[in-house]
Amino acid sequence: MLSSERYSIFSVLAEALRGQTGWKPAWRKATPKPSYDIVIVGGGGHGLATAYYLAKRYGNANVAVVEKGWIGSGNVGRNTTIVRSNYLLPGNIPFYETSMKLWEGLEQDLNYNAMVSQRGVLNLYHSDGQRDAYARRGNAMRLHGIDAELLDHNAVRAMYPWLNYDNARFPIKGGLLQRRGGTVRHDAVAWGYARGADRLGVDIIENAEVTGFRIENGKIAGLETTRGFIGANKVGLAVAGNSSRVAALAGMTLPIESHVLQAFVSEGIKPFIDGVVTFGAGHFYISQSDKGGLVFGGDIDGYNSYAQRGNLPVVEDVLEGGMALMPRIGRVRLLRSWGGIMDMSMDGSPIIDRTPIDGLYFNGGWCYGGFKATPASGLCFAHLLARGEPHEVAKAYRLDRFRTGHMIDEKGMGNQPNLH
Amino acid sequence: MRITCPYCGERGNDEFSYLGDASVVRPDPASPNASEAFYDFAYERRNVAGPMQELWYHAAGCHAWLVVTRDTRTHEIFEVKSAQDVALERQKSAGAAQ
Repeated sequence: MLSSERYSIFSVLAEALRGQTGWKPAWRKATPKPSYDIVIVGGGGHGLATAYYLAKRYGNANVAVVEKGWIGSGNVGRNTTIVRSNYLLPGNIPFYETSMKLWEGLEQDLNYNAMVSQRGVLNLYHSDGQRDAYARRGNAMRLHGIDAELLDHNAVRAMYPWLNYDNARFPIKGGLLQRRGGTVRHDAVAWGYARGADRLGVDIIENAEVTGFRIENGKIAGLETTRGFIGANKVGLAVAGNSSRVAALAGMTLPIESHVLQAFVSEGIKPFIDGVVTFGAGHFYISQSDKGGLVFGGDIDGYNSYAQRGNLPVVEDVLEGGMALMPRIGRVRLLRSWGGIMDMSMDGSPIIDRTPIDGLYFNGGWCYGGFKATPASGLCFAHLLARGEPHEVAKAYRLDRFRTGHMIDEKGMGNQPNLH
Repeated sequence: MRITCPYCGERGNDEFSYLGDASVVRPDPASPNASEAFYDFAYERRNVAGPMQELWYHAAGCHAWLVVTRDTRTHEIFEVKSAQDVALERQKSAGAAQ
């Protein structure tokens, strides 16, 4: 009989004949062992990807992932599923392009359908100044071998004839297109990495909230959880959104504020947006899911929050952006809105680094760019945990860069996290 | 979320803009550890999960700076004071401590 362990057309057909009785859970419900070589805190996209790459590329499967709820219950299931690598600054470009390349091979690597869809990400510009800024960004990308095309008004109109081109205040003059960008089914990323890591021997321990760290002579010895003490030689934190709370258990203060970002989905409608489109005059980005729902979002609410829900002024602002850009969505009904908690760092860029505590490593500060970074974040954090030194493409993401003045500030907003 | 401005009364939060943690105070540049203190002042945040004192500016109202005590887990607001009054209280208690 064919095994259902490896997913393929043959396993699907075999299970069809077998009445779908042979499928096994995609990962075990592990109970914690007394100790591991490496424990990852946080069973979201980044934590699970880290565990997967530790086992797969760095040959260390003596690894556990501890998660306070169920895996994928945080931001990996709350984002707008967009992936892209259209960054400007040297510290960011190689990292996000590494992530893009990993997305491109992800499903084959994981043997899991994550619905990676390179449908193109189009950032619209509405003024001459904005066009110049996008040309500069596109040129920076192309110098790093990343695809970018600067489109004029007519080229954008050929792609999306129904956008509001003649808006009196914000006419659409063109856009910067990254064709390799697109969307990925977000939950499947968590599940795919979980299954991949589990099959290589990683223990995924759900419903285990970290309540403290055991630190002996300045070195990590393990962590206290609601499911008991777990010993560890190394601990990696991948708990973006709650980084400050978990780091405080180890006595650390971080250059991070937690903010709420809202996202929205409409009722399912027939296909009409085949890519990702972003409004350059406000903050609004939209794509259409395979179920037909319009998935969109905008800015963070702008004040510290751990509430996983936002307030109405930002809802209004996002919907106004949508109506300015594409008035035809005005009669579509909103199905759901929700919030996720972002680690907003002091320069808008992430941190993957050692901490002052020996054996404790930190991954966070993803602002609202965490989902697209998932594979590279996992790879680079696994590299750091396995080798003790930063991965080539993540070496700018240092925890002490604010002290030394090596900020990576894409938006040029300074130390005001709610403006990044 | 609605904020009760001590001057204007209860208003929607879209009338206000947010600066951040009100417990962060600019250090004395003449102090011996000024460099470290300014790093903390500029970059390190306690990022409280729970009641937190925050600076809000009533941009679409009276242009007053306010110190709002708000629970970051629920958005519940406990107290709103003029930032000037809070600063004067701090000066007073600092003076009393000396």
